[in-house]
Amino acid sequence: MTADPSTFRFVSSNRRVREDRRFVVGNGHYVADVPLEGMLHVAIVGSQYPAARILGIDASAALAMPGVHYVLTGEELAGAVDQLMNGLDTPNVRRFPLAVGQVRYAGEWVAAVVADTRALAEDASEKVRVSYEPLPYLTKAGEALEPSSPPVHPPHGSNVLLDKTFVWGEVEKHFTESPRHLSFRVTWGRNSTVPIETFGVVASWDPWREMLDVWASIQMPKYPDQIARALRIPANNVRVHQDVDVGGSYGVKRGIKHTVLVAHLARRLGRPVRLLEDRLENMRGGDAHGPERIFDVDVAFNDEGIVKSMKMKALDNAGAYAGRAPFQLGKPIGAIVGPYKIESVQYRAQSVTTNKAVQEAVRGFGQSPTNYAIETAIDKVARACGLDRVEIRRRNFIRADEFPYLIPSGTRYDSGEYHTVVDKVLAHIDYPALQAERDRLRASGLLAGIGIAACLEPSGGNSSFEPLLNEKNQTTTWMDSARINVDGLGFVTVTIHTTSAGQGHETLAATVVAEVLQIDPDLIRIVRPDSLACLPSNTPVGSRMAIMLGGACFHAAQKLKAKLTRIGAFRLGVAADVATYENGAVADPASGRKLDWAELVNIAHRGFHLLPPDTEPGLEATHVMQVPTGDKLPEGGRVQMYPCHSFEFHMVLIALDPVLGKPEIRRYVIGHDCGTVINPHIVKGMTLGGIAHGIGAALLEEFVYDDEGQMLTQSFMDYLLPSSHEVPQVEIVHHCTPSPFTVFGQKGSGESGYLGAPAAISGALNDAVADLGIFFDKLPIRIFAISDAVAAARANPTGKTAV
Amino acid sequence: MKVALRINGTLREAEVEPRKTLLDTLRENFHLTGAHAGCEHGVCGACTVLVDGAPMRSCLMFAVQADGYEITTIEGLAPAPGELSVLQDAFCETHGLQCGFCTPGMILSSHALLEREGSPSRQEIVEAISGNICRCTGYGQIIEAVEFAAERLRKANAPRGSALPHVGAPGTEPSAQDDAAIEHGILEAATAHDGGPK
Repeated sequence: MTADPSTFRFVSSNRRVREDRRFVVGNGHYVADVPLEGMLHVAIVGSQYPAARILGIDASAALAMPGVHYVLTGEELAGAVDQLMNGLDTPNVRRFPLAVGQVRYAGEWVAAVVADTRALAEDASEKVRVSYEPLPYLTKAGEALEPSSPPVHPPHGSNVLLDKTFVWGEVEKHFTESPRHLSFRVTWGRNSTVPIETFGVVASWDPWREMLDVWASIQMPKYPDQIARALRIPANNVRVHQDVDVGGSYGVKRGIKHTVLVAHLARRLGRPVRLLEDRLENMRGGDAHGPERIFDVDVAFNDEGIVKSMKMKALDNAGAYAGRAPFQLGKPIGAIVGPYKIESVQYRAQSVTTNKAVQEAVRGFGQSPTNYAIETAIDKVARACGLDRVEIRRRNFIRADEFPYLIPSGTRYDSGEYHTVVDKVLAHIDYPALQAERDRLRASGLLAGIGIAACLEPSGGNSSFEPLLNEKNQTTTWMDSARINVDGLGFVTVTIHTTSAGQGHETLAATVVAEVLQIDPDLIRIVRPDSLACLPSNTPVGSRMAIMLGGACFHAAQKLKAKLTRIGAFRLGVAADVATYENGAVADPASGRKLDWAELVNIAHRGFHLLPPDTEPGLEATHVMQVPTGDKLPEGGRVQMYPCHSFEFHMVLIALDPVLGKPEIRRYVIGHDCGTVINPHIVKGMTLGGIAHGIGAALLEEFVYDDEGQMLTQSFMDYLLPSSHEVPQVEIVHHCTPSPFTVFGQKGSGESGYLGAPAAISGALNDAVADLGIFFDKLPIRIFAISDAVAAARANPTGKTAV
Repeated sequence: MKVALRINGTLREAEVEPRKTLLDTLRENFHLTGAHAGCEHGVCGACTVLVDGAPMRSCLMFAVQADGYEITTIEGLAPAPGELSVLQDAFCETHGLQCGFCTPGMILSSHALLEREGSPSRQEIVEAISGNICRCTGYGQIIEAVEFAAERLRKANAPRGSALPHVGAPGTEPSAQDDAAIEHGILEAATAHDGGPK
């Protein structure tokens, strides 16, 4: 940590979020609001089969309609662009924006219809005749492991994308020595972040300038590079406009296939082309589903409930193409023991292809499912040992004096005070009173349970999981950047180099630069240049922007402050290390003489003769920031993953009518420690929103496929998002353990709440039904699953029911 | 077909296909892009506008059905360019949004509530916004925004010098306490009812 918290002026103060003003008046600038002259519109023809050979596509009826310009097929597109990138070294899992020769999931994009309006394009898409020869298919990950399963990609040879076992520490020895073991299976259902804005992209090609202009609802590292590679054009022929507001992402807004499709069409047709997914295209063919994972967990522990070792097998159903899905098994390696002192771990990561839609990065990148498995294990050990679930966590937590703490898989946790956070939450909630309230509810005839979850939010996002899972990948940086310019009139403009989806990066950048330069944040303009004028950024993934954009702004501002100080000191005739900088003025402390901001700006912009020797005129500073820690390649299956580790501790009380089965959250308290908070409003919003998202994952949301391989939950009538009725009032208990690795001691908070809420809610429901012999072992736990299980248990009181 | 819509107090005409939704008409014909297409099947509420003061899904209504009604869009709430309504300002004060995509619909639903109920309970606010899905915030700061706006509007209408029951010491100007209630807030509304800055 570089800055002294006692001197903070703007950091940690409850200042407004500057982005909000444009949104409350409906003046956001989303991709659907980008007007281009002569723009054409795309509608998609989706596959009706989970697997089939494409025998032919007859577009003649569609093309005969007035206003219809083109029908693009996979064959044409595959001849004009390169295949989309895979994260793993799986070259025979070939993916193009439109299916080539064969469809691999129901809803997969087969053809794109281009017309004067979207409505016309949709009309015409119904007239495109595709003939198919159905092929065998599979939807379950377990089947995909069978060598006899129908291969989704025959050239790849099997349905296994990844099967890698790591052993960190003396797992077998610890299992042998431990007096007690237990094992279980839990399943994380396929859901996603499902932003209210679907993905959209507009592309336009100027053949004389040789420039592809792209406006997109995007949150994606290396997006311009990937466009250029796929289209086989120089990267500096691609200009992505970053000043597009993104209507929610939480990881998934990575429409590379959409972009390559419209970019090709724009080149082919010589007109700007737009594709805005409708909700159906988004849900079944947008390639934005999240992890779907089966965990088999064994733990070795003693009678005191101390967990010594864990074996975890995670089998993930990636869907029809690889994408980055397998990496979502890799990131949780950086917090594979959660907040606990588990000494050794065996982790088997398996990713398989099936005939389902493709996965994309979802909030937490696999961490929330993993936390659900770990927390279920801790609850089960508590029950086995007859211990209170808070007590067992306290016994296993890493202690505050043990940081930095090296976990078996190679990551060093930065800091934490887990016991203190738990104490604060228990005091806030009055744990005995909460237990008494649960018992009172039970006595009144309801089912009631308390859920507890403790987990980490690894933050600061590097990409160490890439070389860990793919040896051909040698990436050791995941930088982000900022540039500050002070113009000739003394006004400050900061450039940031990515799009934003509600995370308040403009507020973050202004706050940090103002803090260092000691000027009013409201006087600072934040802009997002197009990608050709950008410095490197890896976008807001991995809960990283407070750390990485905040860090880049801090260091750029320090450079600028140093230059101002040198200029002032030279003019005052004193050494730069003697002069002081305060509130934009540079002073000689001995004489009291000083130069104010305007004088310094004047010298830099107009008075070269007054500048110190070898000083560039103007006032500009740039910083490209490396992720703190995590800059080495893996060794022996171990690697430092993210630099910072926020902590959250959830306690929730749920009651439900045993006949109706509808869970009512009566109390929800979260203890949250993300180090120094830069803007309290933003962190609060992330945490509350993350909990709401976690409630959806725990109780409501799932992309359900039937036995015919068709997705049943294609609309918001079937895929249920939490409304204000389902989300309770949440109480946040704050704690601050600064990170030693960041400029203000900040850690990430972009995934907070979501990482522990599903585990906590599952724990509460299982506490509610434990006496009935029921264990819910799959998320989401829907109302009908609860009421059915309770009815079955009451009809057959002796049987054990896993649901 | 020709439609005549009274939008934000102004009569506007357009030639539209009978099948064209009010949402597409507002966005494409009148360039009012504050209403957003989220699901286009009437669940998410991002397209909400007020029709004769009541929240409606503009994705489920044809433009021709709206002929003759008073339509209020988010663009009709701010009193002047660069200014915010009390409710809009309250959303900024509590940060009752993140990505902003659901926000126009959320604010219009809340606006309709506050038009008919000056002192809504938490449950009434929850009910009023339950047709608007927000994926970012978990609703907490949205509910706070509506509560805060209601409080400000009540105070704005209070007679000068009267002590409201929930406002501190007797004899204190309610307006003098407004800023104390919220940390670091600079609210346009705070100066509206006594005419001077504090």
